[in-house]
Amino acid sequence: MSLFDKIKTDIVESHVWRSIFRHGYEDTPRNRVMMVTANVFLHLHPAKVRRHAVRMRFTWCMGGLTFLMFLVTVVTGIYLMFYYRPVAEYAYADMKYLEFDMPFGMLMRNMHRWSAHAMIVFVWLHMFRVFLTGSYKPPREFNWIVGVLLLVLTLLLSFTGYLLPWDQLAIWAVTVGSNMARATPLLGYEGPFADFVGANPIYDARAFLFGGGEIGPHTLLRFYILHCIFIPLVASILMAVHFWRIRRDGFSGPSL
Amino acid sequence: MAEVAREKKLPVDDKVHTWPHLVRMEFLCALFVLVGLTLWALVVDAPLEEAANPTRTPNPSKAPWYFLGLQEMLVYFDPWHAGVVLPSLIIVGLMVVPFIDINPKGNGYYCFKDRKWEILTFVFGFHILWVSMIIIGTFFRGPGWNLFWPWQKWDPHKVVALTNVDLPYLVGFRNYWWSAVFSLVMIGGYFVAAISGFYLFVLKIKGKEFLERWGMVRFSIVAALIALMFSLPAKMALRLLFNVKYVLVTPWINI
Repeated sequence: MSLFDKIKTDIVESHVWRSIFRHGYEDTPRNRVMMVTANVFLHLHPAKVRRHAVRMRFTWCMGGLTFLMFLVTVVTGIYLMFYYRPVAEYAYADMKYLEFDMPFGMLMRNMHRWSAHAMIVFVWLHMFRVFLTGSYKPPREFNWIVGVLLLVLTLLLSFTGYLLPWDQLAIWAVTVGSNMARATPLLGYEGPFADFVGANPIYDARAFLFGGGEIGPHTLLRFYILHCIFIPLVASILMAVHFWRIRRDGFSGPSL
Repeated sequence: MAEVAREKKLPVDDKVHTWPHLVRMEFLCALFVLVGLTLWALVVDAPLEEAANPTRTPNPSKAPWYFLGLQEMLVYFDPWHAGVVLPSLIIVGLMVVPFIDINPKGNGYYCFKDRKWEILTFVFGFHILWVSMIIIGTFFRGPGWNLFWPWQKWDPHKVVALTNVDLPYLVGFRNYWWSAVFSLVMIGGYFVAAISGFYLFVLKIKGKEFLERWGMVRFSIVAALIALMFSLPAKMALRLLFNVKYVLVTPWINI
């Protein structure tokens, strides 16, 4: 036995190593199962899947890629959070600082933005694929509903993030988008029947969203918290439900 | 393989190990997309315009691209309808899909023949209405939300004649109450026509037995959603062909 093999054996048979890794890597059926069941991340999957689930022509891989885009936005987003202050006086200057002074700042910002857009495209394509294969049919009806909620949250995540650069593009796009809220029937001051409930510019659905009658510093903070904490948290919970349901119900495929 | 097993009454093993078969596939997909995303991010910079200035409104002000379908609908409907009611209905309409589609066929495989109308409805709503409205809003709308070709110069002073009139006015009503009655009849008529048309259509395509199996509740939900979905192209046609601004005008709501 060479010195290298001896060291290797000492390591993989050590108390510490065996406490972390509970099975070997040889290609045996048992190890193939253990790779999945003994790993918290891969454990999202069942140990065995139907042949269909493996074929790209069937799944388009879109659900998984949507999740991947979410992970990319989380990683790059945390990086951006180190250098960004959600305060009207600093936000735009921080963007400039981030783009020109921070190592990889521009790249992180670009990846964050483009992966957010890709996530929207992927989640739409995922919905289209699931519709085409009829994968929402029993027993997966409820998971389709969870999926629709995740689709809405994806749009809201992207929309709340749109404001944060605090440039002209940001505030006016968000203004246009949020102006719908003031037209909400009953709850928006420009909506039908607003007079009956007493909605007014500083006390209606849009003011609730903005944290005031007009878009301003309060809106920035509000959208920042929604974007960085609240919506990702809710989306993560729904994602857990979504994935768990897929695991319980199995991947869809033609009946045998 | 499945057929052979069924003939021989053998248990079918349709499954493969997740590791390595599925995980390898996911890994390769993720790698491919991550490389593409990184290259894209290296070449194309995210936009950053001048600092926010609440006193200077750009013309046009566009929502993020994924909401431009809704902004484009504002041309044809008031904000409470295009921006609140219709989006809510889209979400609700998507959520009820598994409960109104009782066709047991096409569960878990691609199949156009058995699910022709389901797929055509989805494609109409998603590709024709939603995506094409986004494309129009993104590439064909300029200052004043006027139509421009992508290669045309945006002229902020483009003059567009405001020739739109309300439908009751167009057909000759000048009295408010008679106009309102006419409008309500028109809207009621649209829904009666759309829903009964849909009923006859389903009867012809799927037959009476299917309608009984489908049930009253499912039929009503689908008919209402279909009527509402087609109200968008209907209003677009009224606007583009006859310059109709509103069908119904009241002090509270206009449609």
